[in-house]
Amino acid sequence: MTLDRRNFIKTGGAAVAGTMVLPPLLKSCQNIQISPDVKSYLDHFEVTPEMLQKVIAEAMSKGGDYADLFFEHTLSNSLGLEDGKVNSANSNVDYGVGVRVLKGDQTGFAYTESTSLQDMLKVAKTAANIANDPVTFNQGELIEKTLPNYYKVSKKWENSTIEEKIPFVQKLNDRLFELDDKVTKARVFQRDETSYVMFYSSEGLLTCDYRPMATMGVVCVMEKDGTIENDYSARSMRQGFEFMDDAIVEELAQEAIKKTNFLFGAGKPKAGELPVVLGAGGSGILLHEAMGHPFEADFNRKGESIFSDKMGKSIAKDFINIVEDGTMENNRGSLNVDDEGNDVKKVYLVKDGVLESYLHDRISAKHYGVDPTGNGRRQSFRHVPLPRMRITYMENGPHTTEDLISSVDYGVYVDNFTNGQVKIGAGDFTFFVKSGTLIENGKLTMPIKDINIIGNGPQALADITMAAGDYQTATGTWTCGKGGQSVPVGMGLPSVLVKKLTVGGTSA
Amino acid sequence: MTKDEKYSIAKWAMEHAVKNGAQQARVSIYNNNSSQIEVRDEKIDKLQESNRNGMQINLYVDNKYSSISTNRITNKEELGKFIEEAIAGTRYLAEDEFRTLPDPVRYYKGDGPDLKTLDPNFSSVDPQQKVKDAFELEKEVLGSDERIISVSTSYRDGMSGSVMMASNGFEGDSENTYYSLSASVSVTDGVARPRGGWYESSIFSDQLIRKDIGKKALKRAIDRLGQAKIASGKMPMIVENKMAGSSLGPLISALNGGSIQQKQSFLIDMKGEKIGSDLMSIVDDPFIVSGRGSRLFDSEGMATEKRSVVEKGILKTYYIDTYYAKKLEMEATSGSPTNLVFKPGEKDLEGLLADIDRGILVTGFNGGNSNGATGDFSFGIEGFLVEKGKLVQPVSEMNITGNFKQLWKDLVAVGSDVDLSRSWRLPSLVFDNVDFSGI
Repeated sequence: MTLDRRNFIKTGGAAVAGTMVLPPLLKSCQNIQISPDVKSYLDHFEVTPEMLQKVIAEAMSKGGDYADLFFEHTLSNSLGLEDGKVNSANSNVDYGVGVRVLKGDQTGFAYTESTSLQDMLKVAKTAANIANDPVTFNQGELIEKTLPNYYKVSKKWENSTIEEKIPFVQKLNDRLFELDDKVTKARVFQRDETSYVMFYSSEGLLTCDYRPMATMGVVCVMEKDGTIENDYSARSMRQGFEFMDDAIVEELAQEAIKKTNFLFGAGKPKAGELPVVLGAGGSGILLHEAMGHPFEADFNRKGESIFSDKMGKSIAKDFINIVEDGTMENNRGSLNVDDEGNDVKKVYLVKDGVLESYLHDRISAKHYGVDPTGNGRRQSFRHVPLPRMRITYMENGPHTTEDLISSVDYGVYVDNFTNGQVKIGAGDFTFFVKSGTLIENGKLTMPIKDINIIGNGPQALADITMAAGDYQTATGTWTCGKGGQSVPVGMGLPSVLVKKLTVGGTSA
Repeated sequence: MTKDEKYSIAKWAMEHAVKNGAQQARVSIYNNNSSQIEVRDEKIDKLQESNRNGMQINLYVDNKYSSISTNRITNKEELGKFIEEAIAGTRYLAEDEFRTLPDPVRYYKGDGPDLKTLDPNFSSVDPQQKVKDAFELEKEVLGSDERIISVSTSYRDGMSGSVMMASNGFEGDSENTYYSLSASVSVTDGVARPRGGWYESSIFSDQLIRKDIGKKALKRAIDRLGQAKIASGKMPMIVENKMAGSSLGPLISALNGGSIQQKQSFLIDMKGEKIGSDLMSIVDDPFIVSGRGSRLFDSEGMATEKRSVVEKGILKTYYIDTYYAKKLEMEATSGSPTNLVFKPGEKDLEGLLADIDRGILVTGFNGGNSNGATGDFSFGIEGFLVEKGKLVQPVSEMNITGNFKQLWKDLVAVGSDVDLSRSWRLPSLVFDNVDFSGI
């Protein structure tokens, strides 16, 4: 997608702010053929192909095997509603370039918040220091890569105004109070983000990507007979302004009301090991924590993961297929290209119950002698790429949701989560259940809330004894943290039964 | 960027905002320089340097409020346009009479003590010494035990400086440094691959503890071998000092003005009431020399004060900034804590354990969450089963579940082993009757 320079400069005014005033391009490139698309990105960052090559040459000057540059310009705007009024706004501008140099498995990295040749050369020199064996570097030919587009946008955020956004935020608040008179407080948030990224490597590869992100949600507080409960609903997609419409407002309002209402009178299950039925959709957090993270190749390369010696082995029932994908249309976790210039592939981590692939970044793919899987991601130009998840999900299984529930004598059904985490080496993973339902004698009975569930990855994976055919992709605001870096991710799951997990609760 | 340069840009931006329609404005400019060296397999695994700049502006326009931030701060033409457009955008928002800068009477006026949060020798630390420190740490453990599968060590340091100006008469700046060394060791017994970690940190390079970090990480990893869950039940819980912050955090969040005003706090209307046992006494002290949370003014510029937060279990203060003070019709304190000092007891951890007939020593939390409105919590834990004062078995994959209102009333003993390396200075704590779920 060509970056429309004029509109881009107009951007900010339209939102709260978030503008960039760039002086006219100083130099044009004469020797190297480039497309108008790429030219618009080069102009935007005020660089030329010759400058990129100079910086790469500096980065490689101490004998690195490989180097790359990651340019990023991100504009974000948010609106906040509290006590019935849209009464706060924020705009943020972030701009810079990261320079990375690799020598075997070793990394040198530095960044600058300016794209002047002088500043870029300075950080390239710092990153180059990971190697200590000066050689002459022969610059490769510049290769432009045309990317697929997994996040089509009808109306870019920079062409939308604060005036257009405010009514949706207000309406979400008003719908909440209309729907239920127990609502005492509501906090609505709306956020949009537009990132322009440009990547160039010592192999000559040049890619440009335009990455939008839209988020909206509400925290709902209700009061009933002196008891206060709160819950929230949120949606996030890689979309433009078209993300905001009456339908999403209604969906968010209904969901927040339903979820918060559910909490009144909810109790706790008996503490201990119980069968757990995970509802379709957001329960994908189980895969994310228990399997996704331990499958990340950096942990395995270092022998730290509990799955380190399981490649090619059966680790789950044969009807289980777990996929890592970055190509789902407008999904929060999708990418047109990873942050190392690699294609974003759909990868089977587990096929028919057998562990087939880890999630690779450039370093680990080289270490294992396999093709990159497109999982090299970074939070921003200030960060080095790591193997990260995009959208992690399980395909449908052979059972029905009723089969799952009716097979349980005493256990829990859970479908509303807030957070999770995992200890990679020990394999212990946890996820926090905001609400769910007790299962007694094969029937859903009492609502439950605020309990943590903990299990062990390989054991839990082996203990998935049933999977239904009701797959759903989660649409919430899932963000994954690792090594101090946050990236947006997606997840999905059909309903599954895990034979036993340790469930928080009360002792008899 | 020097301090004077920061002041000069901040002043320009503040005046530009006021000239272009904002009645009030506050500008902060910061920069952080940091470096990180990670060592693995007797090689540098990662070498990272960072130099980050940023600016934040709070705009108060016709009783309406917005904030903007950017890392492009040196081009005045661009910055000026950013501010003007933000002011224009702010006018579309709803009025909010509670949004103002603090009362200038509350501002820090200068003349505070030197809190010694800056190492003047920061820029003269030899880069080769940093690398050497990380390698020495690795040497402590590498090859010392056949169960080791992976060792990572890391050196980090950083310096940050910020200035803040507000249009109703505030001007202040602060500078901080830190140094840290850490080690992470993974071991295996052929089944699990538990990891153990340890770190030391300091404001001054010459005070950084460099010894035994690797050894401590290794011990913590090996101690976890053979961990398993045990039967569910109610037992005393001993929380190791380094982990005590996890049990205090949600309670401090519940004291936040925003949580109270938005009814997401389980401590609404509890000031002056008993919220914990007599053993619970916490003081917020901003003036500890070289304390990690020490500061002379808060994020709004208000002068900090020493305050009692909880005294013998009775709640003494909330954390309320200017905005929520107006909304709640209460007096502003400050929006967040500085150093929280928990009044220590007489016995060290060993002494606390000696009094336990059967309980669990928690040395790590693993996920979980709490409900801010009700105080309900449920967290994953790992640690050790304690019987007759002795650690008899490493435990993991267990949860604790309960309510913070009850938990702090069940605080039955407090250690003497206060961890001074953090802004929250907490000792090991013993809570009675905690619900553990395991098998």
